[in-house]
Amino acid sequence: MSQKVLLSAKEIDIILHRLACQLIENHHDFRETVLIGIQPRGVFLAERLKRLLENDYGIEQVRLGYLDITFFRDDFRRGEKTLEANKTRIDFLVEDKKVVFIDDVLYTGRSIRSALTAIQSFGRPSEIELLTLIDRRFSRHLPIQPDYRGRQVDAINEERVLVMWQENDGEDKVYMVKQ
Amino acid sequence: MSELSVDHLLGIKYLKAEDIELIFETADHFKEVINRPIKKVPSLRDITIANLFFENSTRTKLSFELAEKRLSADVINFSASQSSVKKGETLIDTVNNILSMKVDMVVMRHPNPGAGIFLSKHVNASIVNAGDGAHEHPTQALLDSYSIREKLGTVAGKKVVIVGDILHSRVALSNIFALQLQGAEVKVCGPQTLIPKYITSLGVTVEPNLKKALEWCDVANMLRVQNERMDISYFPSTREYTQQYGVNRALLESLDKEIVIMHPGPINRGVEITSDVADSGQAIILNQVENGVAIRMAVIYLLASKIKQ
Repeated sequence: MSQKVLLSAKEIDIILHRLACQLIENHHDFRETVLIGIQPRGVFLAERLKRLLENDYGIEQVRLGYLDITFFRDDFRRGEKTLEANKTRIDFLVEDKKVVFIDDVLYTGRSIRSALTAIQSFGRPSEIELLTLIDRRFSRHLPIQPDYRGRQVDAINEERVLVMWQENDGEDKVYMVKQ
Repeated sequence: MSELSVDHLLGIKYLKAEDIELIFETADHFKEVINRPIKKVPSLRDITIANLFFENSTRTKLSFELAEKRLSADVINFSASQSSVKKGETLIDTVNNILSMKVDMVVMRHPNPGAGIFLSKHVNASIVNAGDGAHEHPTQALLDSYSIREKLGTVAGKKVVIVGDILHSRVALSNIFALQLQGAEVKVCGPQTLIPKYITSLGVTVEPNLKKALEWCDVANMLRVQNERMDISYFPSTREYTQQYGVNRALLESLDKEIVIMHPGPINRGVEITSDVADSGQAIILNQVENGVAIRMAVIYLLASKIKQ
């Protein structure tokens, strides 16, 4: 097994600031916008962005929800293991709101496909955008592309991209791991 | 643990404590789902479930059917009164005929104890026991414990008294197994004639006096007197039963603490429990019903994920 660092803590910090600025460019004061972190790993990125928007860019009250897609996945009973769910916490209606999905890695696009179905249970958003820290291009199974991307990487199927967060994993870093 | 240790839910006595924990964690997620504006998930859209009710049921049948539909499973219903069972067909034949129509899971209520276990050995489908005679009613016990956990934070260390007709009750037996597995203490209370002789061998104690039992407990689970299962008179009169084993407001107010009142339904108002108690904030009877759907969704989801494609 070999691993190389794709992004350092410094680079992640710069990218997060850029993503926050791009979001502000399109969503201004976020009055009509809600952020949705995709469980389990998208919520760390979503929380970071919320903090950044509120503390560094003076946006008041960015609404953030967590969406679990387990029961909407298309691979139920296809793997060995039972799919384990995580908490969904969306304390607001997304009806007529601009929704921004936030996930750490965009790979096949299947999670986002599930999320697009899952979010319908909470209303009909006026539009949905996708923000991802790492975009593994050339790996898509579905016609899904991000609206905001941190870094685009070319990775083959045997390689895995691991996004680590200080609050969960003890460091801010993105690794490419080869089995 | 992310998987159940069993392929069927035949009774609580076949489960491990970790299984119950997994079911509860999964039910937490489903409880959130059934409180959404759109209360349905597509997980089980390629699963077909047959609900076979060889004995009457309202709540359990509706609850299972709703749970199955909330998970997007296809559902077929069968009740014995309108079927070929009357024409002499055996249980295995009936079920195998239904399974030939490509059914993946069977939810069954049957008047004979052990019917589910028998079926699981002879047919190729996942079986969920929805009550077999006076034996077990596992989903009821799970939703009861889940409701205690929701109300009091945990089941471990809690004192629960089960009051009433223990002899004819599958709810009592499943509850005893479930509560003990989670570390709760259990007492039973009722007329001597309705307490089975072997009950103490399960590690529960018998308290014939209702007031003493209520003073001891955190939770009282009031059972219905099952007149339809009684072949002889077990107590002199309903009036006398109510006087000794019915819970009323005055009795609860004479205690120095507020206990949680549960009832698996259907309630005989004015017999085992008075209306003012049943409708009070102390009673979590309707929470039990709501939790029933979430628990059954969890059980079906976890069992279905073990069915090979």
